Amino acid sequence: MATDAKRKAAEALLHVLPLPGHEAGWARDARAAARTRLLEAGAPARRDEYWKYTDPGRLTAPIAVVGETSDAPQMQSQFGDVHPRRLRFVNGHFRPDLSDDAAQPGLHVMMLSEALQQDIAPAREIFGHLEAAGHEKVARPLAALNTACATEGLALHVTGQVTEPLHLRHDQIGEGSSLLHHVIRVEPGASLMLLESGTVTNKVLEVDVAEGGSFQHVRIQEGPRAPSASHIFARIGAEAQFKTFTLTADGEMTRNEVVMDFVGESAVGHIAGAVLAKGESHIDNTVFVTHGAPGCESRQVFKNVLTDKARGIFQGKIFVRQVAQKTDGYQISQSVLLTEGAEFSAKPELEIYADDVKCSHGSTTGKLDEAAMFYLRSRGVPEAEAEAMLVAAFAEEAFEEIENEALAGAMRAHVAAWMAERAQASTGKNTGTAG
Amino acid sequence: MLKIENLHVKLEEEDKVILNGVDLEIPAGSVHAIMGPNGSGKSTLSYVLSGREGYEVTDGSATLDGEDLLDMDPEQRAAHGLFLAFQYPVEIPGVGNMTFLRTAMNAQRKARGLPEISAPDFLKLVREKAKALKISADMLKRPVNVGFSGGEKKRNEILQMAVLEPRMCILDETDSGLDVDAMKLVADGVNALRDEGRSFLVITHYQRLLDHIKPDVVHIMADGKIVETGGPELAIKVETEGYAHLENKVA
Repeated sequence: MATDAKRKAAEALLHVLPLPGHEAGWARDARAAARTRLLEAGAPARRDEYWKYTDPGRLTAPIAVVGETSDAPQMQSQFGDVHPRRLRFVNGHFRPDLSDDAAQPGLHVMMLSEALQQDIAPAREIFGHLEAAGHEKVARPLAALNTACATEGLALHVTGQVTEPLHLRHDQIGEGSSLLHHVIRVEPGASLMLLESGTVTNKVLEVDVAEGGSFQHVRIQEGPRAPSASHIFARIGAEAQFKTFTLTADGEMTRNEVVMDFVGESAVGHIAGAVLAKGESHIDNTVFVTHGAPGCESRQVFKNVLTDKARGIFQGKIFVRQVAQKTDGYQISQSVLLTEGAEFSAKPELEIYADDVKCSHGSTTGKLDEAAMFYLRSRGVPEAEAEAMLVAAFAEEAFEEIENEALAGAMRAHVAAWMAERAQASTGKNTGTAG
Repeated sequence: MLKIENLHVKLEEEDKVILNGVDLEIPAGSVHAIMGPNGSGKSTLSYVLSGREGYEVTDGSATLDGEDLLDMDPEQRAAHGLFLAFQYPVEIPGVGNMTFLRTAMNAQRKARGLPEISAPDFLKLVREKAKALKISADMLKRPVNVGFSGGEKKRNEILQMAVLEPRMCILDETDSGLDVDAMKLVADGVNALRDEGRSFLVITHYQRLLDHIKPDVVHIMADGKIVETGGPELAIKVETEGYAHLENKVA
């Protein structure tokens, strides 16, 4: 039960966000249940064990929703040679004028606001339900807040093998917060690749992958961004496949939670990420994997490249229920600190009730290998380039989690560009001091 | 080509003097060897010349064709034509051998104001040099030195030397950990590079490498100084008498 202060903070959050109206009964019920979850848990506070390394203050300040705008921000391809169909949101509103026609065989696209007014099975069965299930072991009040208040997002129903990837892009212009809530149902044997970029203050993605279905997700969070919290809730059926990869570069404060639940046998779920942080950037990846069925394989691979006074956080848990025999769980979180002021904190956890499982976790942090640096430089490779080579090698295990080689290549290019920019900035600084 | 004068070096972290006034001059086109007991400062000399961190030069100088080496970053020294074949080549997981070598070559060319070498030309060059050193295509594809045997690592050093074509090559105990066949391969690789514009400093504990790479001059180092200099016969003397006779010279 939340303390008075935490409950009051939760009420304040609800107070500044508009109440959604004109929705179907089931949707109103889901909203009400989410409000209850939020008020019972209270707003996250620094004293909460789950927020030990990340001060939730910058994520829980009540901020009114940013206004709608007709601006049309430019965007560049961030996914290299992959040309997905774009669906664009600006300040939390869908912008058909900036979007491609997403309709493809095997894919039904609806706005969440529409879906919540109708009685559509996938949306009704998913909206708020996967999020609620994700509270079983740890309260996730910011996700409940999202379910209670988010008015827009996508409701995707994947019934076949969708050939062209979708790219959801969210831009935010002006002061204020934005919320998006996506629900996705992947039917048995169906598949979808979803790409995401941009900033949302508070986002929830609920993904239900049925037996033998496949969902691949690659997300980029980069550039100067307002504080943001995101949650992905995945429910994975038998022999299904779920893979998510996130590249997070800089930004004031980012908290990404992924909650993955295996409900059927022999499924595969991989969660990976690369973090590039400079300045005073704070990037937190928090993962909770529940093995609730036998014979599933989970992998968590996170690589952090930190410099200046940046902080990287990884909290990862593998929870194996008694029924989940033959579980194969793997978790690795590593960081390289390019300068002395940078910091990395990791909290790996295993909680296992089955007796025939294979679970491992590891975490390392340190500087780039000095011997390797000298070796490269002694052959004529300049310092910045040598660092970039070693950083690329360090991050590679995370990129290997991306099945699509073109996308993996695009992510490698982001890392190279980030390192080059860093080198240029430091050269500029040096010249400045000399002059 | 390489000129070292009165070089004094101590460890940065502790007050331990390693080099205590080294004087050495290697003209273009010649092969000099430095021999000496363990702890005499041979390897330190190679590290200081190539720019490894952790050492402090307290006195003296080292120049390559008149340019102050000690003032340069390691990559600048390489671009000026200095090369160190490591005693313990470093394994770099995740960095491909070919990518590494091509990056190094192009960085050096760029520093010298030359255009980058094209991918096909580079490939042709490396394949040709690798063949002579019996380095397989598989080794070239693998990450730098990862999973290489001791002999393979040393051959990989010589391959880098052959491709980068430095003017001043330092070989730091390249014979350590090599069997007779591997030593022959490595020595053949070095001899193939001997040229009137290129000099070598061969650091070794034993005389046997010098049977294959014939030096013009042999120096004996002890307690951080060159204590004796002579022709190839000096190496043979060391082989038969050991370093014991040096004791009175040092004192």
